[in-house]
Amino acid sequence: MSEQTYEIEIEIRNPEGLHMRPAMQFVDLANSFESDISVGHQDVSADAKSIMQMTMLAATCGTRLKITAVGSDADHAIEALRDLVDNKFMDDPDLAVGEKEG
Amino acid sequence: MKLAGVVCRDAIIAQLGSSERDAVIEELVQSLSDHKKVRAANAKALAKAVIKRENEASTGIGKGVAVPHVKHKSVTDPLAVVGCSQEGIGFASLDKQPVYSVFLLLSPASDPDKHLQAMETIFKNLQKDDFRRFLRQARTPEAIIEAIKDADGDSN
Repeated sequence: MSEQTYEIEIEIRNPEGLHMRPAMQFVDLANSFESDISVGHQDVSADAKSIMQMTMLAATCGTRLKITAVGSDADHAIEALRDLVDNKFMDDPDLAVGEKEG
Repeated sequence: MKLAGVVCRDAIIAQLGSSERDAVIEELVQSLSDHKKVRAANAKALAKAVIKRENEASTGIGKGVAVPHVKHKSVTDPLAVVGCSQEGIGFASLDKQPVYSVFLLLSPASDPDKHLQAMETIFKNLQKDDFRRFLRQARTPEAIIEAIKDADGDSN
């Protein structure tokens, strides 16, 4: 397979932003691909396969991120990650905790 | 945002009494309560909420660190406390290794952006090998405060 590079820009649309749980989903998915994948926000670039680096992006709702994948499965990786972001990470129950407790 | 601006230094625990996850979370929340950073009446509910969140997905992200957290309506500004364990704590971490440094973070339920900024500050620093090593070696709150100052880049 030949190396290929794919790049897209996505927008974080869940109200809570890219917090830890969705970031973990993103990292898990990224790790299922062989390609090197990075996520850029302004001057910061994070390894999409590292939860520490992804959480560092502090991507709030409305933040635009550039995803770059380089490798044999780069096209599939980009497509899968875009789907995940478009589905707002299947929503998540995390945000309700504060309302329910206390 | 600086780490020193998020971490409540008075509540730091350099040698955690427990090596069990839920007890560590309770210990750290109790320390915040003892130092009047959270209301005593809320302490139980806060610890319970953090544990509930932790049960849903571990915040033990590997390399000996964990960042248990919750967004809660009783919190107005992100507030973190650091606890260190010499024995290591079972945190169901991603790398299956024990946790030696815990950053517990309480964030407001109504302001997700503030939570993200506090997380960014914590993770930006936890990424540094030196910072994790200093935390791991620390035996006193002063040593932890020193490590935080160094990490923030204002050690003088």
